Amino acid sequence: MDYFFNETQEEIRELAYRIAVEKIKPLRAEYDENGTFPWDVAKVLADADLFGCYIPEEYGGLGEGLLSGIIVAEQMARICSGIALVFGGTLLGTYPIILYGNEEQKQKYLPKIARAESLSAFSITEAGSGSDATSIRTTAIPDGDHYVLNGTKQWVTNGGEAAIYTVVCITDKSRGARSATAFLIEDGAPGFSYGKKENKMGIRASATRELVFEDCRVHKNQVLGKPGHGIRLAMNTFNMTRPVVAAQAVGLAQGALDEALAYSLQREQFGNKIFNFQSIQNMLADMATSIESARLLLYHTCRLAEEGKVDVTKLSAMSKLLASDMCMKATVDAVQIFGGYGYMKEYPVEKMFRDAKITQIYEGTNQIQRLIIAKELQKEFNRNLKNV
Amino acid sequence: MNIVVCVKKVPEIDQVTVKDGKVAASGAGMTNPFDMYAIEEAIRLKENVGGEVRALTFGSDDSDSALREALSLGADSAVRVWDDSAEDTDIMGTAEILAGAIKKMGDVNIVLFGKQAVDNDASSIASAAAGYMGLPQILFVKKIREIDDSKIVAERATENGFDVVESPLPVIISVVKEINEPRLPSLKGKMKAKKARIDVWTLEDVGVDSSAIGAGSPSKLTEAKEPPARPKGEMLSGETPEELAEALVSKLKENKII
Repeated sequence: MDYFFNETQEEIRELAYRIAVEKIKPLRAEYDENGTFPWDVAKVLADADLFGCYIPEEYGGLGEGLLSGIIVAEQMARICSGIALVFGGTLLGTYPIILYGNEEQKQKYLPKIARAESLSAFSITEAGSGSDATSIRTTAIPDGDHYVLNGTKQWVTNGGEAAIYTVVCITDKSRGARSATAFLIEDGAPGFSYGKKENKMGIRASATRELVFEDCRVHKNQVLGKPGHGIRLAMNTFNMTRPVVAAQAVGLAQGALDEALAYSLQREQFGNKIFNFQSIQNMLADMATSIESARLLLYHTCRLAEEGKVDVTKLSAMSKLLASDMCMKATVDAVQIFGGYGYMKEYPVEKMFRDAKITQIYEGTNQIQRLIIAKELQKEFNRNLKNV
Repeated sequence: MNIVVCVKKVPEIDQVTVKDGKVAASGAGMTNPFDMYAIEEAIRLKENVGGEVRALTFGSDDSDSALREALSLGADSAVRVWDDSAEDTDIMGTAEILAGAIKKMGDVNIVLFGKQAVDNDASSIASAAAGYMGLPQILFVKKIREIDDSKIVAERATENGFDVVESPLPVIISVVKEINEPRLPSLKGKMKAKKARIDVWTLEDVGVDSSAIGAGSPSKLTEAKEPPARPKGEMLSGETPEELAEALVSKLKENKII
């Protein structure tokens, strides 16, 4: 299948899949079971020049843009979407710096991330602030040239492993989200600590922790973007990174199809390969069709996002929505094709099934994605009315 | 240190068939897996003691992929020797050609080979090339203990352990897979290798008399046969584990195994 990749993108795809098969596959069951954080895989990716493939060349990356990051995330997730998050979670933590960092901030952080010497993370969610991102309570109160942070961020991917965190706080309780401001907080900053590592259903090789701020003083140089623009920064970041969740879902679903197809061509019942039964063929055909359609929307969205001429809010939400819903169904069907064996940890589809669920939840639940899409439809309608 | 690593393009093992007494291969082929360890060791030598790595092969332009693989992993340059009349050259001819190319390169300190190629499993090229060059050889190296401009100390794998062998340089070695864990290429390495120039030398360039190669090779492959199919296993029948165990025991006794 030709996805109109350029030569470099083709090489990235081939190399990322090779790394996934040779370096990730032997680890995935153990890292899932024990929750081992895949630092070793991050180093392998960095040695292959892939860890910072989307980071601009002047900051130590390959400068291959968002689509290259999508390609790497997809190929990794095809083998293990938990381990893939060491890359995907860092991409989420790095895009705000690429989009909003000043020259000094970019020089300071991006080259280390490209070499996987530092990981990064993004944090907006709190215990009481999930789908409603505007209800954040963590404060950063101005104090001379500094801000003093207090509060707790929740469910931070790469939390405790990353060296640099983009944290969205409010600087004025009375103004709430209108005062939301993003800060770059370094690991080890006084008053900054981590909560417990979460014990999750899936993506268990990825670390998810709380970030705890107790009178954590940071210099105003650590403000990322403009004060008061924290929510906008988060939303524009998500426009670029929701496709990464979509890539994770497409890769994961493809991995489930790879496994289910191979199994169906080998497993015999009633004296026949189970592939030869139409009920199995139907499931496989539906999986392949839904994967392909989600993948094409994803690549198209990334190309438009890179071009930067149109607002990709709607397409980005659609990519994530379509890919994650189809991923959930594809992994459910893969387990079904494996039958009882699919329910056992000996076979990889059991883990894929658990790993799939999160893609419908994080970076905005799929219900929130639908609200975003509907809002964009309404905006388009109103614009068209004006133009009539 | 001037390092040469010899590589060979081979068919993918599962793509080989024997038909009408001839070997045929489909698929894109691959770099001989044992050569990957030689490439890795050559690059580690360069990283540890400095110098340059040249990759060398004898073959048609289809073999360029093996050279480009070496380049993608860190080799500095690549040479391919070929002549259309060289098809079906035997082991001795191949070794003579490689030896000629290495001589032409001039000041070479060490030449590395994989212990054998997985297509014909001859495991003789390194020795034969050493013979043509009049150089010492250490085969089946599992570890290079020390190396400098004048000598090498290496562990040579044996059936029961290893020998420690010392040799002056220049030297020819072949390596076994215990010697290292080959790295993966980097993206920049791959992109560079794609565009790299490969020097192509003729038989005349390497000073080999073409009458003894190709169709003139002293040894020839006259016929190839598929290995005999494995005899079919026998399924024992029985309703219960006890019955199956009894059937198995009587079968083992019948065959005088127990």
